[in-house]
Formats: sequence, C-alpha cells, structure tokens
Amino acid sequence: MVDFAVIGAGIVGSAIAWELSKYEADVVVLEKENDIALGATRANSGIIHAGYDPEPGTLAARYNVPGARMIPEIAADLDVHFRQTGSLVLAFSDRETQGLHALLARGQKNGVPGLQILSAEATRALEPRLSERVTASLYAPTAGIVNPWELALAFMETAIKNGVRLLLDAAVTGIGKEEDHYRLRTADGREVSTRFVINAAGAYADEVSALAAGKLFSITPTKGEYFLFDKSAGETVDRVIFCVPDELGKGVIIAPTVHGNLIVGPDAEPVADKDDTATDGARLAYVRSRALQVIPSLPFNDNIRNFAGLRAAADTDDFVIGFQAPGFFNVAGIKSPGLTAAPAIADDIPRRFAAAGYPLNRKAYWQGKRRIVRIRELPAEEKAAAIRANPAYGHIICRCETISEGEILDACRRGMKPVSLDGIKRRTGAGMGRCQGGFCGAGIVAILAGETGIDPLRICQDKAGSRLFAGRTKSAGGTDD
Amino acid sequence: MIDLICICCPEGCRLQVDPDHDYAVTGNRCPRGETYGREEVISPVRIVTSTVRLTSETVPRLPVKTDRPVPKSVMFQVMDEINRVVLNPPVRLGQPVISDVAGTGADVVATRTVTA
Amino acid sequence: MTETDLVIIGAGPAGMAAALAARARGVGRILVLERNGFYGGILNQCIHNGFGLHYFGEELTGPEYAERFSTELASAAVDVHLDTMVLSVSPDRQVEYIGPKTGYQVVSAKAVILATGCRERTRGQISIPGTRPAGVLTAGAAQRYVNLDGYQIGRRIIVLGSGDIGLIMARRLTLEGAEVVAVVELMPYSSGLTRNIRQCLDDFDIPLLLSHTITEIRGKHRVEQVTVAAVDADRKPLPGSETRFDVDTVLLSVGLIPENELAKGAGIELDPVTGGPIVSDRMETSVPGIFACGNAVQVHDLVDYVSAEGRRAGDHAADLLLNEPAAKEDLISLTATGDITYVVPQQIRQSSLSAGIDIFLRVKRPLPGGGVITVCADGTPILRFRRKHLNPGEMERLTLPHQVMSQQTAASFSISVEAP
Repeated sequence: MVDFAVIGAGIVGSAIAWELSKYEADVVVLEKENDIALGATRANSGIIHAGYDPEPGTLAARYNVPGARMIPEIAADLDVHFRQTGSLVLAFSDRETQGLHALLARGQKNGVPGLQILSAEATRALEPRLSERVTASLYAPTAGIVNPWELALAFMETAIKNGVRLLLDAAVTGIGKEEDHYRLRTADGREVSTRFVINAAGAYADEVSALAAGKLFSITPTKGEYFLFDKSAGETVDRVIFCVPDELGKGVIIAPTVHGNLIVGPDAEPVADKDDTATDGARLAYVRSRALQVIPSLPFNDNIRNFAGLRAAADTDDFVIGFQAPGFFNVAGIKSPGLTAAPAIADDIPRRFAAAGYPLNRKAYWQGKRRIVRIRELPAEEKAAAIRANPAYGHIICRCETISEGEILDACRRGMKPVSLDGIKRRTGAGMGRCQGGFCGAGIVAILAGETGIDPLRICQDKAGSRLFAGRTKSAGGTDD
Repeated sequence: MIDLICICCPEGCRLQVDPDHDYAVTGNRCPRGETYGREEVISPVRIVTSTVRLTSETVPRLPVKTDRPVPKSVMFQVMDEINRVVLNPPVRLGQPVISDVAGTGADVVATRTVTA
Repeated sequence: MTETDLVIIGAGPAGMAAALAARARGVGRILVLERNGFYGGILNQCIHNGFGLHYFGEELTGPEYAERFSTELASAAVDVHLDTMVLSVSPDRQVEYIGPKTGYQVVSAKAVILATGCRERTRGQISIPGTRPAGVLTAGAAQRYVNLDGYQIGRRIIVLGSGDIGLIMARRLTLEGAEVVAVVELMPYSSGLTRNIRQCLDDFDIPLLLSHTITEIRGKHRVEQVTVAAVDADRKPLPGSETRFDVDTVLLSVGLIPENELAKGAGIELDPVTGGPIVSDRMETSVPGIFACGNAVQVHDLVDYVSAEGRRAGDHAADLLLNEPAAKEDLISLTATGDITYVVPQQIRQSSLSAGIDIFLRVKRPLPGGGVITVCADGTPILRFRRKHLNPGEMERLTLPHQVMSQQTAASFSISVEAP
C-alpha cells in the first residue's frame, strides 16, 4: 500500500511527484507511455507566461503568477535551461491597442509585476524585425522560455532520487474504491493499492476521473501546429512575441527557444482523437501567413521541423483542481498557462490535502539540487577537466549539437532508463540538430543497447511500437545473431 | 540500333550498339564501354556487392563483392549464397569468401580488412 | 597550446589525399583530426562499386578505395587522431578539439585544410504533412544501418528524391529482400547519375516517378501509408492525382550539402549556391592559410575528383608552408551565369593563369541536346566547350588551357551555357 498514486507523468504529474518527494510519503507515478512527458508537455510553445491572460478569479489566474515567480529558482536548482526573456503582445490597430489596455488592467489585477504599454517606436526598438504595422505593445518583463520536457524530466529525476517510484507502460484501466484506499489496475495487469489518487492524466484525465466516479468533466484536446527553425534563425527575436486576439482568433506566437532555435505557432483546432498529432499542410500554411504578418522577413527556409501538440482543455473552460471524492484529487484540464502554473499547483497540493484532513510531514533530508554535465556549454578548462575525469565526455556522438557519449550515458543513469532515440534526444539534445539524427542514430542505438540491455531490434524511435528496424540482414539463412 | 547508357563508371557515356553489324559500339570514351555495350545487349552482367556476417562485436558485417561481373539473371542466387556465410575475423581485403558463386565462375571476395 | 605545421580536419577521401600530398611534399608536422573511429569517412558504408576509375584506373568499392589511402596514411609520418571532434577553427588558425584520448586541446597551425565532407538535407522530411512515425530516414542513414550495422530498415520502402544514395539504396535494399515500390522525384528529371537509374532501378523494375512528390505520411507508430501526387510545372501537387502506397519506410534522398559549420565559425566566406567556402584555384578560402577540399567545398559525384581536390589542397598548403610567402596576389573572380548553377573555383590567382586551370560546374536544368559552355573574360568570349549531354545531376569538369589563359589580362571571368 502506498500513500499516493499519481496518474500521468507530464509536466503536471512530474511537478507533483517532485513536490510530494519532499514529504514522508510513499509515492508511485503511473505513466501509460514508455517515457514521461510524451503528451502536451513535449509539443507546446515552452513559454513561461507572465500572467495577464487568464480572467481574474479563475484557477488559471490563481496559479499562473506564482508559477512564473517560482520557475527561475527551480530552473537553477534543477539545472534546467530557462531564460527570462520578457514578452510583448502586439497591437496592429487602434482597436487592438485598446485591447492591450484591457490586458494591462487584467494583468495588474492578477498581480503581474512590471507590465508596461510601449509605443510602436519603443516596441520596434526592442525588436527591430517586427512589422512596421505594429501600433503598440504590452511588455511583460517576467515572461520567459523553458524547455518543457527538460523541466518535466528534471522534476521526475529529482523525485526518483528522493524515493518516488515511476511505473512506465502502466496505463490505468481500472480504479476500485476500497474502504480506506483505492486499487488501481493497469492494462498489463499490474495492481497498485494507494491511500490517495492524484489524476494528472492530461488529455485522458476525464476518462481516468470517470473510472472512479461518473463523468464530471470532459476534455477536448485543441491541436496546435508549429514550425521549429534552425539556430541560424534563433536571434530573429529576443523576446516572446504574442498578438492581440483578432477576428481570426488568437494570433501565433514567435519565440526564441532555450536551445537557440526559433519556434513559430500554434494555430488552434479542436480534435476528437486524443492522440492526433498529425500536421496538415493547410494548417501550417495558415500559421505561416499569420507569422509573416508579424515578422515579414521570417526565414521559413530555415525551418527544420514541424510538429503538432495537443492542449488538454476541459469543458469547464478552466483548470479542474480539487477532490472529486475523498482521497481522489483531480489536476485536469491544464491547458495554457499550465507549464507555468505546474509548480504552483504542485506546491499547493500538500496544503489541499492537509486542509482535507490528510496532513503531510516534511522529510528531514531532501536532495533538491540536480547537476548535468553539458560539454558544449562548459568553458575550456572545465571541458578539459571533465574529459580528464571521464574520457567518455570527449567522445562526441552527436556532431551537430556536440553531445558526448558521457552525456548520453549520464542520461541513462539518472533514475529513468530511456528506451528510444527520442528519449535520448529529449534528455541530451542528441539528434535535435541539422542532420535530425542521420549521423548519430547508429551510435545512439549502440549506446542505448549496451546501457539498457535492450536488443537493438526492440529499440524504438519514440513510443512503444515505433520500432527502428524490421530485423537483421542475412538472417534468413543460418541462425539469427 | 540500341541506345544504352554505359554503367562502367559514373561518366555515363551514351552508347549505341548495332546488332546488325556484329554489335558494333559507338559513343564510348574508353574500351570498357565497348565491352559493356556488347555484353549488355547479348548477355547482361553485373558486379554484385553486399555484406556477409562477421562474428565480431564491433564489426558485425563485412563488405564483399563478386570479383568479376556475373549474369544479371543470377544476382539473387548470388545473394542467397552470400546470405549464408558467417566469417570469423581477421579477414583481409581481397580474401575469397565464396568460390565459384552460383556456378558463375566468379568468387565473392572481401572488400575491406577487418583485424578483430 | 601546442603548435604544428598543418592541421587537416577529416580523414575521408579528401583529407587523406591532402595529408599524403602534403607529406610527400615534405611538410613536417601534420595532424589529421577525424571524428569517426575509422579512416575513410562515408566510403566505408558505400560498399557498391564504381570508385577509382580515374584515380587508380580500376573499379573499386568504397571500402577498397578507402583502404588504399588509409594503408598508405597509416605508414606515413602523419599523426592521426580518431574519435576526435573539432569544435572550432579561429581565423588565425587555432584549432580547438576534443577526444576521449586527447582530452581538450587547442593547437595552433600554420595552415589548416577543411575536409569535413557533407551531410544529407532533411528538408524533404519536414515539409511532408501527416504523422511523425518511425521509418522515415535519410538514405545515407539507412545505408549506414544496413551496410555497417546489418539492420533491415524496413520491408516495403518508398524513396523520396532520386539522389544517387537513394538510387544505390533502392538496389541494395532490393537485393537484401525488401520491396522498393517506387522512387518519387519532384523535378521532371533525376538528380542522380544516369548509370544509377539504369543499374539500380531499371535492373529491378523499380518505377521512377518524375514530377511527383509525397504529400502525406500516415502511421501510428511506424509508417503505414504514404500519399503520392503528381506536381504541376510550379511543383505544386495536382489535386486528384493522388495514389496511396502501403509502405513501412520512407527513404529521403533529397540532396547533400557541405558541412560548413567550422568554416562559418572561422569567418570564411561561403558560396550561397554550393553551400561551401569560396575557394581559389589553389583551394584556399577567403581566410589566408585555411584551405578546403572535397565535399566540404562542393558535393561531388565522383570520389576520384574529391581525392584530386584533396591532393591539390595538400600541395598548395605545402607551397605555403615550405616556400617563401608569395607576395599578395590579385584574385580574378570566375562567376557562373545563366543556366550554370555554380562553378568551382570561384577565384583564380593571377599566377595560375600560366598553368591552366581545372574547373567544375553544374547546369541548372537538363540540356538533352547538349550545349556550348562559354568562358568570357570581361564579357568577351575566350573559350567554348561543346558537350553532347548536360544534366544537373552530372558535374562537368573543364580544363581552361594555359595557352589561352596565360594571354588573359581580364579583371573577371564568367561562364555560361547555351543550347547549340
């Protein structure tokens, strides 16, 4: 019997696991995929929102500003890339300029610090590549950028280091209520008995909720499609660029990424299929045309990747946070600004449980610092020292991103064993560059197979079933090696 | 007159072969083109390149080739024999791996040296 | 920081030839830095034949061609560090590198030769809408998995792009028991060598669909289906022309591009068309003392010419190191115009005119009836070369004869092509 079972290991579930790992409690996280952060967390804009957007009084508003305040320190503690870039909301007409003032008022009500309306000249002085049609902007200095899956991995690795257990390939398909606990069953027949359940199942949170009770809410994913540009375009803007929503809907975001690329998107399309992350030519063309209105010189030739992500929007039009039954707590419908809000939501959970009569005790000893060796980011002397200490840091596997064998081995040894090429990519950046894994794939397969003991033929590109290879050559005659 | 593109080397000479005049070849820039043009019309041949299994941890496959062109029609028989070979290193470049493969008279030989 | 005479970055065909040439000329301290754990670069996975006819006068496979050079290099007095990655080259020729054995090092060189090769374009991959399943990979990556590692990368395969590696892999995968359903080419002509279409596709009845493209990839985990459509003259898919193929693998063979990251970092001027450094006829870049050769300069069809270019770079680096530094010399530009895509070298040294100059070029579109290539000096035609066939997929090599060139006093040369 454990104390907590967290269902879902996206950014929300991982932040909750990290928070709970500070307390004297047995915590298990159940994730349906073969790795964490494979839903909305791995395909979104990666923006830390300042907090002027949510309507005052909503849960989104309540957790956004505190989350934005927490992120810089968390990023430093967990060695996660974060940059407080600030953001600009652009107006292109007098009417939109009025919209900026409404946002300013809302932001001030939400407690967002430092908001300021800038003139067209001041705006273009900050971001010279913006269209000359810009009439004004709202500047928010506390906005920033983070790599969402990197943050989720850091939360979960730290949680695991502090005693949390993670079960992968563990889709919860049954929830039984016993007298003083819940019994969870997974698709592959595993059972977990737990005093408390925290439902952080993202796009599937409505279904998980329904396993324990009737249908309380439903989730309709909103699909958004993106362009990711090469690093050569990374300095197009220094800040996160938004637009005032107009009659065509919410404009696209143009933002730098923490790795020096440029991200452009998303559009918004409600979809029925919770796994539908296919991209569509017409949708991408729409994103492109909207973005070109903002920055006419955007170098679409430097696009290196398109992807689509799903935001888990609940029909309540706000976050769904709270007990649905004694001991069963939902953290659902965490659409934007969910990435920003996640640590603040997690931070609140021990208080919510205490208020419900389940107080938690802090651990006397909790290991909250995480350090990652990243060879390409080290100054010369530290590079030299790192390679002297471990020659594997001198063996570069991914040449586009300068990622060493040592970093890939480290990623395999931080509590969660990746089982896919994309798992290594998310942890180290290997394969993220110009060649998109063409050069380093074979080297990573070899390291992964050696480190995890998985037969190379079973290594996946990404989720379970996405096998890289169909077999071995020369295996028809003679014995298969 | 039959138009062909010479495949002997990447130059890709445009050949014309005249079956009415003893398969005379024109358009070639070297003697190999003449041989190719005649053979391609009368009985086409190809060099087959592939790999064979090695019992090495670090080098799982050894590249090989037929040491002379074999009839195009037997390429898959040649592959069947190649697919059955397993070798222990060391292997040196040029070392025969299969002799008289598929009864063609050609040998399959290693095209690289593997020390361990 | 240590010092050396010549650092060569890359031990593929270009770098090995450069090292051997410089050593033969008497350059003392030569350091070759290679990122792979072996010599020969991409040749190791090019197990097909067709290499070496020009350089060695016989037909070799890629590994055989590489071993000729590596055997010689291993016994030459040249330091080679394998598994070593160069992080940067500065304009004053400080080379920063790391390796598991060497650790972190900076070496100051009197001359540097960039022989870093090329990489595959992935552009075709990203513009295809649909899901992002496993089973979409570049032809070169597939070649490595199949030929070096012995993995079957799929059972039913479609190839997008008709570059040479894609054609070679279509044959290779067919011989290994896979079914290649088609090669799809956006343009109305193939970018691969004609001989490869003949022996890799025609021999196995693999259809080549010109003026077609893949408009969608579908598959939950692994590729399951692709949609192929014909394109119009503007390369836009024609509605109603869609065909679906059930395949588990999409190979991309949509072109190669020089690896130019180090060159960019060193402040070397690049040719926007080749993607590689602008070089003089001595293979020297815009940064004095830094040379470049092989696929790092322009993507070649023939490894023989890569080796020749490497040798030329090694020779001229040796000249720089062993002789009194020549007085600063004027460079005369050589510019591609009209239907010529690019020309290499882009600059000719005044003193080279008396020796005759080898140049390489590609045309923008096929000229099935051939064409006349004209070299002009300050706009006045001075040389004409007639070619029976001209194809973008096939690089043309011309020698500008010294008899004519030594007479020239022009400030610039240009080159153009017309149908006869």
